[in-house]
Amino acid sequence: MLAFLTGPMFWIALVVFVAGLAARGVWYVRGLNWQLDRVAYRAHPRAGIRGALRSIFYWLVPMGTRGWRVQPFMTVVFFVFHAGVVAIPLFLLAHTVFLAEKFGAWLPAMPQPAADVLAWAAAACIILLALRRIALPEVRILTDLQDWLILLLTAAPFVTGLFARYDAAGYESWMIAHVLSGEILLIAAPFTRLNHILLFFLSRAQLGADYGIKRGGLKGTDVAW
Amino acid sequence: MAEMSLCNRRPVNDEETLKALLSDTGGKEYYKQMESLDVDTDLLWSTISKTMNSRLKTWLSLCAHCGMCADSCFLYRISDRDPTQVPAYKIQSTLGEIVKRKGKVDNAFMRRAMEYAWARCTCCNRCGLYCPHGIDMGVMFSYLRGLLYQQGFVPWEMKIGAGMHRVYQAQMDVTDEDFVETFKWMVEEYEEDYPGLAVPVDKQGADILYTVNAREVKHYPEDLAEAAILFHLAGADWTVASKGWELTSLAMFAGDWEACRLQVQSVYDAMERLRPRRMVGTECGHAHRATVVEGPYWAGREDGLTPVPSIHYVEWLAEALREGKLKIDPKKRLKVPVTLQDSCNYVRNHGLRDIVREILSYIVEPGCFRDMDPSKEHNYCCGGGGGFNGIGLYRAERNKALITKRDQILNTGAELVVAPCHNCWDAIRDMVEEYHIPVKWSFLKPLVISMVEIPDHLKPKE
Ligand code: SF4
Ligand code: SF4
Repeated sequence: MLAFLTGPMFWIALVVFVAGLAARGVWYVRGLNWQLDRVAYRAHPRAGIRGALRSIFYWLVPMGTRGWRVQPFMTVVFFVFHAGVVAIPLFLLAHTVFLAEKFGAWLPAMPQPAADVLAWAAAACIILLALRRIALPEVRILTDLQDWLILLLTAAPFVTGLFARYDAAGYESWMIAHVLSGEILLIAAPFTRLNHILLFFLSRAQLGADYGIKRGGLKGTDVAW
Repeated sequence: MAEMSLCNRRPVNDEETLKALLSDTGGKEYYKQMESLDVDTDLLWSTISKTMNSRLKTWLSLCAHCGMCADSCFLYRISDRDPTQVPAYKIQSTLGEIVKRKGKVDNAFMRRAMEYAWARCTCCNRCGLYCPHGIDMGVMFSYLRGLLYQQGFVPWEMKIGAGMHRVYQAQMDVTDEDFVETFKWMVEEYEEDYPGLAVPVDKQGADILYTVNAREVKHYPEDLAEAAILFHLAGADWTVASKGWELTSLAMFAGDWEACRLQVQSVYDAMERLRPRRMVGTECGHAHRATVVEGPYWAGREDGLTPVPSIHYVEWLAEALREGKLKIDPKKRLKVPVTLQDSCNYVRNHGLRDIVREILSYIVEPGCFRDMDPSKEHNYCCGGGGGFNGIGLYRAERNKALITKRDQILNTGAELVVAPCHNCWDAIRDMVEEYHIPVKWSFLKPLVISMVEIPDHLKPKE
């Protein structure tokens, strides 16, 4: 079972993930329209790219934008959570070994204690995000089934991974659940809001280009995000 | 079903229809008819299929439902944090729902959507600056307004406003003759004080083509005189067009995109005809946005630019003061605490944030300027943007919406609010009336005229 999941199934999941997201990205970019969006993308490429990069950059920096600064609690939870879900899958020692086997190239591994802290912190943030969804009326009113589903999909590999680490007796079954849930996550990404893994960058780039070209960029004013 | 006489899907294209609508005071009959206006769901869906591209679809589907945009919306803040005022909720439950149901929505749905589109969003675009995904709900609401307009679910004043643009190429029933005559008449009124004051009409190749807000012609003609005086004192080579002189666009607030195109095209035609070096528009926010920022796209101009470079009045004024063409008498500078209302339409939407402050640095005594908090591109809407000021049906909501700005102003301790935007100016006037706050408000032109030095050769002979 584990052999299948870490073998062919891994490749299937990865292909769906990459191809699905790529298709989504191509569809997005091809669908942009200077007249409907009212942004002259082609006429002012430099200003557009500059605005796009600024927009992505500032939003990737914790407290880099006014939007982050005015909601510090959410910002901390958000960044720790995302640091966990990006860094652990790629840089956990066990994962780098696995990826090296598959691709023949080594990613730098992070020290185990750091990985432990990050994993637990990310798990805690998942709980906080869930509580936030329930507790805050302005978030609750927006929440739908898919929000819970993707939170669950994201939580599953974490929880199972942590159990596999600490529960030696049940290791094999936890590992199966871990790999399976990770692959479900990969496969689900293009078809759910998890597609923000890519679309965050594209959408931010678009609005950045809008500001860079139309909303002041050509006047020499950089918007303070 | 027989088409209704006042409330229907037909845009207003003639004077007669305009008059019929206007005679229905407050739109009483109009709104009554709206209750039985049917929704052309096929048209709605085919319009969406044609005009909703990947950006809008992605904005709707990508929304993480995180609520980070909630606090950015002044309407949410003044509604005791009512969750139904969260920008994401407002757009998801209207436009999002229409898309989900493939256009199959009914009359009640559309009337609710109308309330959301015009009374729960001023298209100030502030929320777009606070969404991590860069989702701009103001843009989406503007799109929704277009769908609602097409179906006839549009506030009475907006229907009329768009109709005015279609009939008169102006937001009010001001004809080209009215415009030229009023401008000339106002200039004559001031000729004695300013010898040589004139308004050059249709001059070819001038440095500046000046465009106005029809309201100035109809209700505030001094504004025209003030513009003429400042151009005169600055020695500017300027002109106005006898056709294509209107900068504003209520059609933009109404979501009547065809009228938007017709309107800006009339101004662009004037530019092509008179070939000025540049166009300067009056102190109006939405008008600048319509004609200079959005207009090129409606008119199909691929570079996103107007036929000749076009600037806002504040840009011209800053230049004239900076270059010493207008000189301020330092003794007459404003010595009371002054604050500034940043207009969403040219600050957040065109980056003109520092240049207005440059003007203030010339006309306000150092130390007297108090910025609002927040300010510049993060400033809140005046409370009356996007057409909100003008819609009788939503007057109570609009008055409530003024609270944010009222408190922002009071917190500065300013006695005077400089408001270089017609919409903001109106909102502040109404706010002073409604809440009896002790502030004055003003455009820039009268302030500058009260302190500008008149060069000797332009002084009246004793
Ligand atoms: S901040 Fe953006 S992603 Fe979050 S709820 Fe608002 S629109 Fe949606
Ligand atoms: S555009 Fe302005 S008024 Fe409309 S939802 Fe966003 S913040 Fe609120």
